[in-house]
Amino acid sequence: MSTNGEEEAARFGHTELPEEQRRALHKAIKWEWITIVFLAVSTFLVYLVLGNSQAMKAAWIEDLLSFLPPISFLIAARIIRRRPTESHPYGYHRAVGVAHLVAAVALVVMGAYLLVDSGIGLATAEHPTIGGVTLLGNTFWLGWLMVLAMLFTAGPPVVLGIIKMRLAKTLHDKVLYADADMNKADWMTALSAAVGVLGIGVGLWWADYAAAILISTSILHDGIKNLRAAIGGLTDTRARTYDDSRPDPVGEQIDSYLQSLSWVREARSRVRDEGHVFHVESFVVPQGWPGATLQRIEKAREACVEMDWKVQDMVIVPVSELPEEFLPGMTQGGGEYR
Amino acid sequence: MLNIRGAVAGLVLLFGLTSCGVTIPQDPEGTLERVSGATLRVGVTENAEWVQLPRAGDPEGIEPGLVEEFAETLDATVEWVPGSEHELAQDLSHGQLDMAIGGFAADTPWIKEAGITRPYAETRDERGKTVKHVMLVPMGENAFLLKLDQFLQAQEVEL
Repeated sequence: MSTNGEEEAARFGHTELPEEQRRALHKAIKWEWITIVFLAVSTFLVYLVLGNSQAMKAAWIEDLLSFLPPISFLIAARIIRRRPTESHPYGYHRAVGVAHLVAAVALVVMGAYLLVDSGIGLATAEHPTIGGVTLLGNTFWLGWLMVLAMLFTAGPPVVLGIIKMRLAKTLHDKVLYADADMNKADWMTALSAAVGVLGIGVGLWWADYAAAILISTSILHDGIKNLRAAIGGLTDTRARTYDDSRPDPVGEQIDSYLQSLSWVREARSRVRDEGHVFHVESFVVPQGWPGATLQRIEKAREACVEMDWKVQDMVIVPVSELPEEFLPGMTQGGGEYR
Repeated sequence: MLNIRGAVAGLVLLFGLTSCGVTIPQDPEGTLERVSGATLRVGVTENAEWVQLPRAGDPEGIEPGLVEEFAETLDATVEWVPGSEHELAQDLSHGQLDMAIGGFAADTPWIKEAGITRPYAETRDERGKTVKHVMLVPMGENAFLLKLDQFLQAQEVEL
């Protein structure tokens, strides 16, 4: 948030960010700070009325866990600005993946713990006890405050989620995406907790555990989804779009551009996602070796880098035939990028 | 992941129930309804000025006095059941008592067996630590608990 960070933040490692991404990054940092402030207020509020409801406890722990993705994002956003060094020749882009993994593991562990805890509560039929609370000389049921707190905390995360989702797409940032995705689903957690508490209110003690099980299942589900994505990124899965829905089209673009060059007979690339930016290795078989001049290869590389801001760390390797061992799937009639 | 329509329907149903005159909270085991105009079974265990058990007659002290008054508001007669803290906690968790007194504090270890009221008085022990005084109730009997909380919060307890 510091003014000094403004200039530094305009790069990921040695990748200069285009204007659109630069603005998106600043906005993302701003909105993640807003998220943290909102979470601080809402966790404090919910803590005040926590009481003995298992569903409230689950919702509260989810709120606490929601701190992790924005904090990871902010830390990673700081670290990845560093330029590559001698000891880190690929740069620090993987910091994003590490942050993602940490957040995912926390979600899985807490989701599983809450699920077991709620299951035990349900099995042992431990009736949740919620009594009175005294405010302004009036003693009334604490459950009403719980419902109120839940309804209050249900709305804002949805708005935050929608805003951050757009930025995640522009920045190709999977931590931000995961965070936005969790925020967007947060209102269901809040609503479930409110229903659980009202269930206790009408004498259905198990409604609380049912709601808690629902919430912990959703935490666990988020965790497993994120764990997969994080591990996938760290183990060099082929680069996919920001929401992991399909392979990133940039690989196909590069291949078809290289193949369209007059001096190229065949070209195929492998692309991995370093966090925000891609590492691209393109293998090129020239029509004839005299045609594959250094100038042509360098020009082709520059053209590819121009194609997408995410492509910076790219190498073109001229080869006499495409190396099958580095390009699995290439013999299946080019099915790789479909 | 979560069933949105189910959650919304549940919420609507619950608000519907409240507007139809179902009071919230309710007791899953119906304690409040059962003791009103009938017998209130109260576990007692001795603890300084809070509960004293004379050789003959009803318990005396701050808490028995409060319980007698509370029972009056419910039109109930009190049945005193003396026992150790452990026995009282077990009886509460098995539905054999409606409440228990004995100078219990808000940080009582019996929270797995019983629910506690909101603290209605504060004292300091000899080590200068604040003790928040509560009574024990059966777990999850929230209508009864709220009634007791409302009664206790309205009292000026003289120490």
